Amino acid sequence: MLAALTRILGMQNLALAEDVVQDVLCRALEVWKYHAPPDDPPAWLLKAARNRAIDLIRAERTRRQFAPDLQLGSEWTLAPTVTALFGESEIEDDLLRMMFSCCSPNLAPQAQMALVLKLLCGFGTGEIAAALLTTEAAVEKQLARGKRALMRAGALYQVEGRAQIEKRLEAVQHALYLLFSEGYHGSRELVRAELCVEAMRLCFLLTEHQACKTPRTFALAALMCFHASRLEGRAAGDGTLLLLGEQDRSRWDRRLIQRGFDLLDRSAEGEQINEYHLEAGIASEHCAAPSLRETNWQRIVQLYDLLLALRPSPVVALNRAIAIGEARGPEEALAALPPELPGYPFLAAAAGRFHQLAGRQAEAARCFTRARALARNRAEERLFDSLIHKASEHP
Amino acid sequence: MPNYLYVFRGGMPPASPQQMQQQMQKWADWIQQLTKSGNFKAGEPLERGGKVLSGKKKLVTDGPYAEAKDLVGGYLLVGAKSIDDAVELARGCPVFEMDGSVEVRAIQEMSM
Repeated sequence: MLAALTRILGMQNLALAEDVVQDVLCRALEVWKYHAPPDDPPAWLLKAARNRAIDLIRAERTRRQFAPDLQLGSEWTLAPTVTALFGESEIEDDLLRMMFSCCSPNLAPQAQMALVLKLLCGFGTGEIAAALLTTEAAVEKQLARGKRALMRAGALYQVEGRAQIEKRLEAVQHALYLLFSEGYHGSRELVRAELCVEAMRLCFLLTEHQACKTPRTFALAALMCFHASRLEGRAAGDGTLLLLGEQDRSRWDRRLIQRGFDLLDRSAEGEQINEYHLEAGIASEHCAAPSLRETNWQRIVQLYDLLLALRPSPVVALNRAIAIGEARGPEEALAALPPELPGYPFLAAAAGRFHQLAGRQAEAARCFTRARALARNRAEERLFDSLIHKASEHP
Repeated sequence: MPNYLYVFRGGMPPASPQQMQQQMQKWADWIQQLTKSGNFKAGEPLERGGKVLSGKKKLVTDGPYAEAKDLVGGYLLVGAKSIDDAVELARGCPVFEMDGSVEVRAIQEMSM
């Protein structure tokens, strides 16, 4: 709704568009309190927003400039133009265009994510702060700065032509990837699982758009499906994180896994292999394996080798080391670990696990204690506590 | 480029809400075309009823109660190279499908 309104009122009137959304929602709550809610609430809301937009343009068109490329100046065209832009496919297009606008190269990735959550997912400031593990004040600031940048842009980004949008599409994919990762690697609190859902919803929109459905997009969507299929199985009933080996694989969502494989097939056209292909490939190996031991670790190590060459990072190196541990044993894995990874508990945790496998329990407990000190949420703390406990039990 | 006024007269009232929507869409499409070609300047549709002031006493009456075919239903201001050009442009007007007419008048440029 906001994307359509911004399209009609013009990006410079983003704040006005937000007010209209707020207005419409408040009116709806008021009306629905006394009358039965309509049969199709979303349609009702869209209609209300459309009417509100038309009224607003009538009242303000001499004072304000709205979208200059639209026919809003005359009654002959005002209502038909606005109504057409509230059609389903138009709304989806506007959503995409808003997404591309939010991922401007002038904004930091964190700010891009905050804007996407605010403008496309309807998150409140508090929810965004919780989702991105930051403070409300920081989110507030990022949003204000981001919105000013958007308003200066004057119009929504034009999503047309593969070559023209290529760079920006990569930024959009990256923002969705980060959004998904934020949700996936956090604990299982409601708002964070929702991040995954929103990232997937937006990513699927990309897979349906002519210019956006590139092999990269399909690979990213596949990756999300594979990971999301394991969301339910990742935590025990009390919210404790479970390691891959402890997870009940029957709880993984087979439908999502199948969808992931379908998407991965569609991503296979073209010459280039990209990091999403590789990550999706790795995730698919995990999903296809009946158990931890029967996983094709050799293949996973190969994929990590490629990924590390394509996009060197300590996190990738860490994951590669873990795969090496499964494929070739703990000593080689320890040698493959990256030297350091500030603020990230799972490097120490992995080292601990390898020492444990090599029979050095005391060393393992020391590593887990280091990891515990870096834990970022309650679920991680509980996980490391139990690991320390186990390591100290069998010296 | 001189300006011309189109005055639309007549046109059957729509029989159903669907028909009304179709008609509105046709008008919108036509004006969209005129905008893209750079001819459209301004214009609005008019409600059917209104008031008429007349005479030295400025008598106000309800109206106009002209025959349906003479009733003005709207106006448009367009820019065109010549009156012939303006007439040509008016051929696309949806009012003809509804048995209406378009009067094309040049805007008089006053010089003092």
